[in-house]
Amino acid sequence: MSKRIEVNDLNIFYGKFKAVEDVSMVIEPRSVTAFIGPSGCGKSTFIRSLNRMHEAIRGAYVTGEVLVDGQNLYASSTDPVNVRRQIGMVFQRPNPFPTMSIYDNVIAGYKLNAKRMNKKTADEKVEKALQGANLWNEVKDRLGESGSSLSGGQQQRLCIARAIAVEPEVLLMDEPCSALDPISTLAIEDLIQELKAQYTIVIVTHNMQQAARVSDRTAFFNIAGTGKPGKLIEMDATTTMFSNPKVAATNDYISGRFG
Amino acid sequence: MSPQDEPTSVGTRPDARPESVAAADASGLTPERFGTPGPREPAVEPDRPTGTGIGGRLPTQLSPVLLLVCAAASVGILFAFSAFSFTGAAFLTALTYTVAIFVVGAVVEGRRRAVDRVVTSLVTIAFVLAMAPLLSLLWTAVSQGAARLDPAFFTETMAGVVGEGGGAAHAIVGTLQVTGLAALVSIPVGIMAAIWLVEYGRGPLKTAITFLVDVMTGIPSIVAGLFAFALFATVLGDPGHRSGWAGAIALAVLMTPVVIRSVEEMLKLVPDELREASFALGVPRWRTIAKVVLPTSIGGIVAGITIAIARVIGETAPLLITLGFTVGFNFSMTEGRVSTLPVYAYDQFIRRGLPPEAFVERAWTAALVLILIVMLLNGIGRLIAFMFAPTTNR
Repeated sequence: MSKRIEVNDLNIFYGKFKAVEDVSMVIEPRSVTAFIGPSGCGKSTFIRSLNRMHEAIRGAYVTGEVLVDGQNLYASSTDPVNVRRQIGMVFQRPNPFPTMSIYDNVIAGYKLNAKRMNKKTADEKVEKALQGANLWNEVKDRLGESGSSLSGGQQQRLCIARAIAVEPEVLLMDEPCSALDPISTLAIEDLIQELKAQYTIVIVTHNMQQAARVSDRTAFFNIAGTGKPGKLIEMDATTTMFSNPKVAATNDYISGRFG
Repeated sequence: MSPQDEPTSVGTRPDARPESVAAADASGLTPERFGTPGPREPAVEPDRPTGTGIGGRLPTQLSPVLLLVCAAASVGILFAFSAFSFTGAAFLTALTYTVAIFVVGAVVEGRRRAVDRVVTSLVTIAFVLAMAPLLSLLWTAVSQGAARLDPAFFTETMAGVVGEGGGAAHAIVGTLQVTGLAALVSIPVGIMAAIWLVEYGRGPLKTAITFLVDVMTGIPSIVAGLFAFALFATVLGDPGHRSGWAGAIALAVLMTPVVIRSVEEMLKLVPDELREASFALGVPRWRTIAKVVLPTSIGGIVAGITIAIARVIGETAPLLITLGFTVGFNFSMTEGRVSTLPVYAYDQFIRRGLPPEAFVERAWTAALVLILIVMLLNGIGRLIAFMFAPTTNR
């Protein structure tokens, strides 16, 4: 269920503006890869380009290639909708669908695509996804309530349940804890540790400790200045990155000297 | 009181008002309690000269009492000059009250609060001025229209009626038919146009269409009527053409831009995060719109459509051209004149027979029924908006 992602010479543009320049990296399956870097350095743009979500913004395009198990996401024959079915995403702010119940939110990926399934299969999928997101025990007695009746941390786990219910190959998380309190953050981090047994996980975070805690590999992005494109500075095993980075800028950022 | 009277450090206090110092100290709300940084004021001596009787507050009951006094005085003055009229008394009361509250306030509370009271009073007067015609209109329609608000009005037509009696059943049915048909045309067009503008449109075409919708919103209704009439007369080659369809098209021309505008605003309110959440689940854009965006905004959309219907249901001018009027039912939408409530009211009023009161009464009742229909529509719209409103605590 998890796949290897290979990025070759990826440039990302918003119209004429080059947001990210020349990124090449390999993301291993069944591992957690963290992206760190100062605000505006292109981490979010880059993670969104991994499932073509950045195309939701007008005028965005890329050059280069992203290979998921050898299949180029940006080949002209690839349908972005199919890409997103394989590569799920969790966003910065929890965004459950306000018109749907908790139950419907979890199987929204099937419902919105009008996939027919019988009640039993749906029940199983909901329970499995909620168990997977560590939310089952908290909501099993009120699955019919609105998704927005939950707390922020629960909502975020609901969004994770929604993302894993469609059984994607890869799970992208764009600062999933930045709107949450420390206890909810801890719950999500534990969850990430469990999920990496099955999924390829990529997480963007502003929190260095979080990157150190949850990730196996860390990539550091940086920009030379405002209006300049973001670049991948260094990528290595997390322990190496935090103890013995090769580039001075990485060390400066990790030790809090800038950013 | 002049600005020189005020201590220099006044601006650093949250309650930058020297007259409140004594009260603030008494209630324990000292600057230290607020934790405000900045230079501290010298302690206030109790016998500090406090200008114009400052520090007091007018009792809460004073305003209404003062208002009554002013009203009584105004009425008295007008009677003394034997020039009493309701409008005059209201005007004089407002004027004397504003002056009085300023003087009393300035003496007891100081200039700042007095100005506050004057502005409050002016805003209230403006509100009353805005409400007065509305209430007067409602009252007139109810009091004049109540006389014929009987079952016969809703069951009978004007066929064979030359004097008293008769009803507007045909006009009520006609109004519902024509407005319903107009809604049937303009709601789908309006919603889809709004979806295009919000979800798909870009570049100069979007700017152009937005501009055209804005222009169309301001189209005089008689122009829409002439347009529909000319359209049908030209296409059918019959310069005397009158039909329900022609009226419905005229109304649809007026209604569509209103629907587009309100639906557009509602769709814009749907957070992009929900669209992204749906895209990220591998849901195509059109399904996202149909199953996430529209259900989330359905309450607002329904409310907007109700307002659009209410906007056109009372149109008279375009229907006068395209439908004319008739004395009985005409269920055919494609042929012949159709009566509608606004045109019925106009016709009854303008072509009074004998006795004229019967005609005027019917005109008022038609107006009242029209108001009731619009109110009913608004009520239904609100109810639907309430029922579909997504429960969100964000």
